[in-house]
Amino acid sequence: MSARAHILAKLTASHDQPGWPDPVALKTNPPRTINAADQLAQLKTMMAAAHTEIHEVSSENWPEKVAELTQAKNLNNLLIAPKTALGKQLQAQWPVDGVTLKYDLHHSGGKEELFFSVDAALTSCRSAIAESGSLVLWPSPAEPRLMSLVPPVHFVLLDAHNIYPSLAEVMQAENWAAAMPSNALLISGPSKTADIQQTLAYGAHGPKELVLLIMV
Amino acid sequence: MHSNSSISLFGTCVVDLFFPQAGMSALKILEREGIQVNYPQAQSCCGQPAYTSGYSDEARRVALAQIAAFPGEDPIVVLSGSCAGMMKHHYPTLFHGMPEEEIVRQFSKRIIEFTAYLLEVLNIELHDLGPAESVALHTSCTARREMGTLQNGRELLRRLDKIDLKTHDHESECCGFGGTFSVRHPDISAAMVQDKTAALRQCGASKVISADCGCLLNITGALQKQQAHPENKTAFAGLHIAELIWQRTGGKSQ
Amino acid sequence: MKTEILHNFTSRSRAATADEAQRGKFRSAMDFLIAKRAAQFPDPTEWAELRESGQQIRQRALAYLPKLLVQFEQKAQQNGMTVHWAETPLEANQIIHGILQRQQVRTLIKGKSMVSEEIELNQYLQAHSIQALESDMGEFIVQMADEKPSHIIMPAIHKSKQEIAALFAAEIDDTPYTEDVDELIQIGRQALRQQFFNADAGLSGVNFAIAETGTLCLVENEGNGRLSTSCPRVHIAITGIEKMLENLADLPTLLTLLTRSATGQPITTYVNLISGPRRADEQDGPEEVHIVLLDNGRSQAYADVQLRQTLQCIRCGACMNHCPVYTRIGGHAYGTTYPGPIGSIISPHLLGLAETRDLPSASTLCGACGDVCPVKIPIPELLLRLRVENVTRAGTKDHPAVMRGQGAKYRLSEKLAWQAWSLLNTTPALSLASRRSAAGLRHLIPSVKAWTQARVMPKIAPQSLHELIKAHQEQKS
Repeated sequence: MSARAHILAKLTASHDQPGWPDPVALKTNPPRTINAADQLAQLKTMMAAAHTEIHEVSSENWPEKVAELTQAKNLNNLLIAPKTALGKQLQAQWPVDGVTLKYDLHHSGGKEELFFSVDAALTSCRSAIAESGSLVLWPSPAEPRLMSLVPPVHFVLLDAHNIYPSLAEVMQAENWAAAMPSNALLISGPSKTADIQQTLAYGAHGPKELVLLIMV
Repeated sequence: MHSNSSISLFGTCVVDLFFPQAGMSALKILEREGIQVNYPQAQSCCGQPAYTSGYSDEARRVALAQIAAFPGEDPIVVLSGSCAGMMKHHYPTLFHGMPEEEIVRQFSKRIIEFTAYLLEVLNIELHDLGPAESVALHTSCTARREMGTLQNGRELLRRLDKIDLKTHDHESECCGFGGTFSVRHPDISAAMVQDKTAALRQCGASKVISADCGCLLNITGALQKQQAHPENKTAFAGLHIAELIWQRTGGKSQ
Repeated sequence: MKTEILHNFTSRSRAATADEAQRGKFRSAMDFLIAKRAAQFPDPTEWAELRESGQQIRQRALAYLPKLLVQFEQKAQQNGMTVHWAETPLEANQIIHGILQRQQVRTLIKGKSMVSEEIELNQYLQAHSIQALESDMGEFIVQMADEKPSHIIMPAIHKSKQEIAALFAAEIDDTPYTEDVDELIQIGRQALRQQFFNADAGLSGVNFAIAETGTLCLVENEGNGRLSTSCPRVHIAITGIEKMLENLADLPTLLTLLTRSATGQPITTYVNLISGPRRADEQDGPEEVHIVLLDNGRSQAYADVQLRQTLQCIRCGACMNHCPVYTRIGGHAYGTTYPGPIGSIISPHLLGLAETRDLPSASTLCGACGDVCPVKIPIPELLLRLRVENVTRAGTKDHPAVMRGQGAKYRLSEKLAWQAWSLLNTTPALSLASRRSAAGLRHLIPSVKAWTQARVMPKIAPQSLHELIKAHQEQKS
């Protein structure tokens, strides 16, 4: 008998014993409508508490803000996704003194460059969750996973219309269960750890800085 | 005054052997309030030591003997939170699905811990004759979690208006007794009681009060052993709450 | 190795309680974690409702476990994952080794996985010439020190920053001694960067597996979990079979209970939901995703209604953070992968009750653990149950066999002593006689030596309460 068959047989046999409680039906809460301004405020408070740098921008001026921040942070380069709408909008702002745009590091064998020479990356995000202060990213062919993970600075652009009150509500509203991507993730701040004597330190393995640009 | 009331008293084996004065104080407090106190001589132990050691059959035998010793329907006042918890909550579990289950449930319903009886049934008034004193309160884990009586100890001490109640460090932490735990795992138990007594010594009180004699046996035993050390010159005493109340409210029967 | 666990608990706990420095470290670490958790649950009503939901979700999923495992397998396979089943640690190790061998992997980079500790994967792979590198900072530290983790969430909790500074300076090339925590973390980050870059395979644990969608949920703060599961071309995940959840909608409640209970955070920095290898048009992500489902004794706990509750655990660590015993002896003294209260109730199923026979009694049943369990596992009740199984041999009348090693602590002499004790306490004449002798004392405090380690021997009062009350009542009448 295979391990699979044996394990399932053992578990199923247990069900024949008397005294098993009936499984409880779980209640689901209906989705709420929360004031947009309150949600935005909650998102900002939660994310700031987790060390996220936050800027409010408009859908027109955000590339300018990115240019300003990359220079202020003395970044040599910025990795972007050139084929996306936001990538195109950002490229129009360039060139910017001292900051080179980088792209296509994934398929031109640029993994080494990505790991050891890229200072920052910019991605979009799908939505955000106010209650926990989280951004929802579904990496895609255009914006691969490592963009939001490897470079030490991660810029994220969020449309303030896409803020949900809670994880349960965004999952429900967008019907995630119908079709999950290969990788979906929540990002709630820069990378951190308290493994050394319970002392908090940032930039353990993921980005050391998370810079959130909220288009209001 | 509740001169029509009668209760039965369960002393507990620890009070019986080591702290009978706590039992007498409790008895006299109740009688002073006009309560008729029955004390069935056939009582012995609630069975907890066997129960917590995994000897359920033996615990059941002893439990049934206690039940037989307390016929009737009057409340059974118990002088320790952990024994009260045993008889109120664990007896029904011990006899679950057995023929005696209903009899046991009826017995368990009568169980009330001593401080709960003083407050919830008697709403006792206490006239504190002093002198002014600082004490610490240790609540047994069972009293805290199974009987919900943490507040009772605090309230009774509050009613003794010349008592100043001090909090001690890590107050809600276990004292390390745990019945047979104290001898099965003596090193760990010793470490726990050492930390507890250190916290008590540092809190600004001169004695520790408890409604549970198992904890008192452990804590006072450790305090006394530590007195051999030069740094512990001042004696730090431990007392059952019944004794404290009796002593401070005149210590005389009517 | 197994007999060592048994015979060492007493001496290990003695050594641990004598180690003042370690006691100080654990005390301050536990106080920190207790305070962080408390700050996340300020409202008792919300806490009560949330944990009630958590318990129901877990119990429901366990009730349907065989069905969910099959559903998960189907969905995961549809998503392009390969599902493996292992009954024992050896089988799991062989499966993982087989995957790595086929892929000619020399170095495996690991995200954090307690199950991989449980099966002793690193040692197995090392014996087969494959290096397994830990990337979680805490695990990285203990691996460097050639130790095992002492806590399920914070593996290096027993180490001071001075010890870590010395370790890094000694073990990592070109590293000066520094006690600055930020610098130490950057040193770790640099050291592991190349490893993430080079690794051919990554291994992760699983916090929750979702049957409805064939999804693995991993939580972390550092980013090493994402790196281990996104960079290498092979991702292997390993989990105990009990981690199945029915639906994606079950996740938010358990996620918030987990992060708030474990580290006092509303959410971890990263929550990863992995539902398969990279799709055809994706540019990164693993080409292969494997999931190993491990039994290793969990089905034994599952078979008993009461003991099954052990499997509700979501591995938050709150129980050990609040345990006065764990606080004094630390994680290593238990000698098991999972220490503390959860360790004491799960290890007998994973390792056998004989090998872990001292653990069920290593508790005062104070109940601090049960109070904070986010899924309402009745830990003291389960410890009591294990104590009964410890002293009751399988095949005893009316007592079914429920676990390997049942009756490991059965001693005829002890049984007879308790029978004598019960006789004493059911026969008033005998009780009376024993009260007048030291026999009564001996029954209450069976080991004078153990008791008097920290206490004076209590004195039997000249007159018992029985006698005093009898005299008092005679006087009154």
